[in-house]
Amino acid sequence: MSEVTAAEVAKNGLWTNNPALVQLLGLCPLLAVTGTVVNALGLGIATLAVLIGSNTIVSLIRNHVSDAVRLPAFVMIIAAFVTCTELLMKAYTYELYQILGIFIPLIVTNCAILGRAEAFASKQNVGMAAFDGLMMGLGFLAVLILLGAIRELLGQGTVFADMHLLFGAGASDWVMQPLGDSYSFLVIILPPGAFLVTGFLIAIKNAIDAANKRRADAKKDAPVKGAKRIRTTGHIS
Amino acid sequence: MAFKQISSPHAHASQNTAKVMQLVLWATIPGLIALTIHFGWGSLINLVLATVTAVIAEALIIKLRGRPVSFYLKDYSAVLTAVLLGLALPPLAPWWVVVVGTLFSIVIAKQLYGGLGYNPFNPAMVGYVVLLISFPIQMTTWVTPAALLPEGISHPGLIESVQIVFSGLNPADGVTGATPLDSFKYADGLLVDQIYAQNPLFSQAAFAGVGWEWVNIGFLIGGLVLLASRIFTWHGPVAMLAAMTLMSVIFYDGGSSDSPGSALMHLFSGATMMGAFFIMTDPVSSAVSNRGRLIYGALIGVLVYIIRAWGTYPDAIAFAVLLANFAAPFIDNYTLPRTYGYTDRRRATEKEEDS
Repeated sequence: MSEVTAAEVAKNGLWTNNPALVQLLGLCPLLAVTGTVVNALGLGIATLAVLIGSNTIVSLIRNHVSDAVRLPAFVMIIAAFVTCTELLMKAYTYELYQILGIFIPLIVTNCAILGRAEAFASKQNVGMAAFDGLMMGLGFLAVLILLGAIRELLGQGTVFADMHLLFGAGASDWVMQPLGDSYSFLVIILPPGAFLVTGFLIAIKNAIDAANKRRADAKKDAPVKGAKRIRTTGHIS
Repeated sequence: MAFKQISSPHAHASQNTAKVMQLVLWATIPGLIALTIHFGWGSLINLVLATVTAVIAEALIIKLRGRPVSFYLKDYSAVLTAVLLGLALPPLAPWWVVVVGTLFSIVIAKQLYGGLGYNPFNPAMVGYVVLLISFPIQMTTWVTPAALLPEGISHPGLIESVQIVFSGLNPADGVTGATPLDSFKYADGLLVDQIYAQNPLFSQAAFAGVGWEWVNIGFLIGGLVLLASRIFTWHGPVAMLAAMTLMSVIFYDGGSSDSPGSALMHLFSGATMMGAFFIMTDPVSSAVSNRGRLIYGALIGVLVYIIRAWGTYPDAIAFAVLLANFAAPFIDNYTLPRTYGYTDRRRATEKEEDS
């Protein structure tokens, strides 16, 4: 993994290697806090900030920490950023901080973050590592928001409820109720709903990939009639 | 052309999936009749609605999966799932409750896992549990048995029932009420004798609970017919009912105010008989061997009693069956039948057969 372009990093983070839909890392917060858009957004932004910060610092120290102690060092760095994020959320979005509760400190244990530190940031220069953190974080955030929106809509019939927790009092009337006042479908809000919706999202992503692959295959040159083929598989003795 | 060598015994199957499913469908009729006599047209409407939804959903998903539609529809498994769910749901439940439950059963619990034969959980019970935790109000509103309706009020007729189900028309006061298990659970501080004397659900009953006892007898008759026609073996149902009886005898507590109720009440209330003969005998999601089915059935019986007695839900067949479905592969692993002549046990995970 020596030469990577920014475009590859972006595509990896957002789609091909999406931490939530492909690597299936960080499932615990993904499933636990995506009951509403605002919760998902809060935790997604916190994770994004930690990911950028930790990737940058890990890349900076990559030549100065011996291999034997690199994992504890990474974890310390991540924990430091999580603590900063937690204090910031406590200061500026206190209610949301209370709702998310234990899941903010638990960002430390999010495998997506340690995974990127180990697999990417510790081998790349600072700029690329920070960019990878941004893209991976955005990929995770996007899935969180999508999941939150779907579950909020199907589960309690609202979208963007309680946005004032994150965006100030002006945002409290962003809430929409496209399905009527009394709609509720509890199972989607409860943990099984998170598994169900995540499963469907992964299935949709795989279906899109498969369709793209089919299209790409179809574009390839059709075999010319009468052309000789060389046997490349099997073993003739 | 190579001739196929067939050695004895030359047994041929007289049963196939469709025949078995049809027989089970016919066997639900005594229970359905009892439900209709005692609780009105609601169950019949549930049943039709669920069946139509299930057949449409099954056809769409099979088409989506690129499989032959009519071949899979003809095995009647979707119809059976829908009928069982329809019988389990409260009569006069709103139409969307029935439709959502059936969709969950067929689309998610059955087809997404690979269709008939691949579903680890009983589809009808998955649908039921999804509804129970999502719509607690609609799912715990039962119809009062015909014998206990207030003076001058009768169950809504067929047309009115359809209106109640589809347009949200409210049934007359007194048409809905608590089930025996419900009222027993929430009669705090009363001795068992006092509950039996005060609550007409018990005082006017022949032996267990007005209406419910006949529904359970109906399913018991249907179940015995299935047992006699060797659709399933006795192991599962007997183990379940025996375990329930044993639990309720042990914890009867002399009829004190903490008593969870008598064995007779537990055996003939709620969905006990339907669960014992129609739900837990599902060959796909239950344990496979006879010894395994004994354990599987007993596990369900114990779980049902525990949840009924000390849980928050008055009835528990669905939860107990789903939990036991989880355990079925584990039970199978330790109850692998041996061929004749072997005495030592073997686990299914052992790859090599010891000589």
